[in-house]
Amino acid sequence: MPVFAPGLVGPALLVSAVLFCIGVAGVLLRRNAIIVFLCIELMLNAVNLTFVAVGQLYGMSGQVIVFFVMSVAAAEAAVGLAIVLSVFRHRATVDLKHANLLQG
Amino acid sequence: MTHAVFVFFAVVAVASALLCVTQRNPVAAIMWLIVTMLSLAGIFVLLGAEFAGAMQVLVYAGAILVLFMFFVMLLQLRHHDSDIRGKLGWVLALGVAGALLMQLAALKGYTPGRVAEEISRAPEMANPALILPQAAEVARSAAARGAVGAVAEPMFTRWLVPFELTSVLLLAAIVGAVVLAKRRL
Repeated sequence: MPVFAPGLVGPALLVSAVLFCIGVAGVLLRRNAIIVFLCIELMLNAVNLTFVAVGQLYGMSGQVIVFFVMSVAAAEAAVGLAIVLSVFRHRATVDLKHANLLQG
Repeated sequence: MTHAVFVFFAVVAVASALLCVTQRNPVAAIMWLIVTMLSLAGIFVLLGAEFAGAMQVLVYAGAILVLFMFFVMLLQLRHHDSDIRGKLGWVLALGVAGALLMQLAALKGYTPGRVAEEISRAPEMANPALILPQAAEVARSAAARGAVGAVAEPMFTRWLVPFELTSVLLLAAIVGAVVLAKRRL
């Protein structure tokens, strides 16, 4: 039996906002490229929670968008980690302090 | 009862997200992010999105974070020195995130009735009822067709073109990842 709990929508949006802000703080605070990517994943997840919560009020389209966000996250992780890998080959570090040139 | 379970998952999600951001070791950070994702999957189920919760466990915790873990193991990173930025970084991070949170905290009062009232006060805003079916209909369609069927129907009718574009995006990402990561093409 599917649950329907409109009372949870507001608190869920608050949790999503808190998680998004933690992700923003992490991106600004850390220099390790892998942890920056993890924080981006955290932000995408927070947005997914928003879509699920609001989708409970306005229809199934919210949940459909969650799948698109997930596939974009998968694509972003694959390409982003490949970029970090090629930076690592040149610099032997994933510290973004050392990735300061636009040329290889 | 539902509310207590929700509070539990929410606290676990926020606490493990904080730990993820502050861990020095990338492997530990990935583990904490997995805890966040699993508790978010619990919240999805509480909100009636069972299929999205299952996908969250399978795709996010099971595939994407395993890719991260594989990557960290592949690079054999050492982590003796901290990579947290200096004082300016703390000020910037706490300032920006705090300001954003103060703005977004107003979402806590978001209820269906309040949204309906705000829309009736500003009728030039798009009426969500015209675009999307209403909440009761969501619950009814989930009850009639099950959690998967209720999601599949809009995905393969209304959202068919974005769905196909997603597969093109994934193909581009595969090719791009191979081009970037391969030493010599």
